[in-house]
Amino acid sequence: MFQRLPEARRPALPFLLDGAPAEGREGDSVAAALLALGQDACRESAVSGQPRGGYCMMGVCFDCLVVIDGIGNRQACLTPLRAGMVVETQRGRREPAR
Amino acid sequence: MGRDFDTVVLGGGMMGAAIGYGLARLGQRCAILDEGDTAFRASRGNFALVWVQSKGLGLPAYSDWTRRSAALWPGFAAALREETGVDCGLSQPGGFTLLLSEAEAARRVDLMTRLQAQPGFNPFPWEIWDRARLRQVFPGIGPEVIGACHTPLDGHVNALRGFRALHTAFAQRGGAYRPEHPVERLEALPGGGFRIATPHGAFSAGRVVLAAGNANARLAPMLGLRAPVRPQRGQVLVTEKAAPFLTHPVVNLRQTDEGGIMIGDSAEEAGFDTGQGLGVMALMARRAARMFPDLARLNIVRAWSALRVMTPDGFPIYEESDSAPGAFLCNCHSGVTLAAAHALALAPMLAEGRLEAATLGPFTARRFDVPATA
Repeated sequence: MFQRLPEARRPALPFLLDGAPAEGREGDSVAAALLALGQDACRESAVSGQPRGGYCMMGVCFDCLVVIDGIGNRQACLTPLRAGMVVETQRGRREPAR
Repeated sequence: MGRDFDTVVLGGGMMGAAIGYGLARLGQRCAILDEGDTAFRASRGNFALVWVQSKGLGLPAYSDWTRRSAALWPGFAAALREETGVDCGLSQPGGFTLLLSEAEAARRVDLMTRLQAQPGFNPFPWEIWDRARLRQVFPGIGPEVIGACHTPLDGHVNALRGFRALHTAFAQRGGAYRPEHPVERLEALPGGGFRIATPHGAFSAGRVVLAAGNANARLAPMLGLRAPVRPQRGQVLVTEKAAPFLTHPVVNLRQTDEGGIMIGDSAEEAGFDTGQGLGVMALMARRAARMFPDLARLNIVRAWSALRVMTPDGFPIYEESDSAPGAFLCNCHSGVTLAAAHALALAPMLAEGRLEAATLGPFTARRFDVPATA
């Protein structure tokens, strides 16, 4: 659904998405990188299990929650993408010890 | 003389809604007059425990009334679910007060012993659990937790859903809910009945129930009653939703059915100031994390404060006006715990027009008129 603007030719950043190699761009938030990859849904709702994805992209809606480097419920839109990040789908509620 | 309603309930919070629902169940034509969204709304900010453990020191009848409500809750929740399809998430698995030092444990044992030793107190089961036993229920307790005080009677609900279910059931049974109707004047009419004036017109009713929380202090004198209530601020924190890890409620923290962990046991005398402060929040969060260290890793996503409706001795007030019979004053700070009793035990008394002296006699506000002894 989303396409990168042609002028946004920033250096590539490799990361892992649910165990598979993926690529974003320098300056992306994790949420923006996922949307650019066509990954519209990034979590399953903690209440209903429905697929959800980034919506407000400004830290308010909490719909872009993902597991980043082993820590659950991180807001992907507020987290700058870094090379080597391990990003996973947030499935349901976060384990408190994780 | 056609009256608008059999009974008008002033206040649409947990207490007013429970009473209104109870009256509507009995076929009464009933209205609830409420304020707007700028009201203090303790019913939106409460901690949602259905709690028995520590209540009644100084007034054994309060323990009886509380336990009666806790016992009525399962049927009450089932009725609301059947009528509205809303499940208020009642869970009464027993509850704990966690103890973080030998001194805390000694104080707790002393309190529970004095509570149960009162003349006229109907004993209930309670136990101090040691750390090893407690770990079978809560594997995640921190190293400072030496044990807990347990009763099998305690529980909790999703109070917001329960509140919505009450209002829905009230409306479905023909009750009239009128928001933005703050009461300006109350008048007992010469031939019996009442006139209730609001900015949006006046209503007539056979009986009137004052269930307006802290606003009762202003309303009660209009009908020869006295409601010495004051706001007492409580602050609450809630974490992000987490996988289930607290199977039982603890008096100062509980995991909701949707996964968030609510933390809140503060009490401040701050008038009608609903402000919040990092000092109290940090204190509550730190204590919670000492009890369950894993909590420290969770994000707090919301914090709020709400105002309890507190009487001088902390016990409820239920009283009929001497000078204006048919006017009833109702105040309490445990509107969730007592909701089942308010709907299923108090409302039938109000429909009869008489408070049972054996049950509610001890709760008149006249107890505050006793002069202090020298």
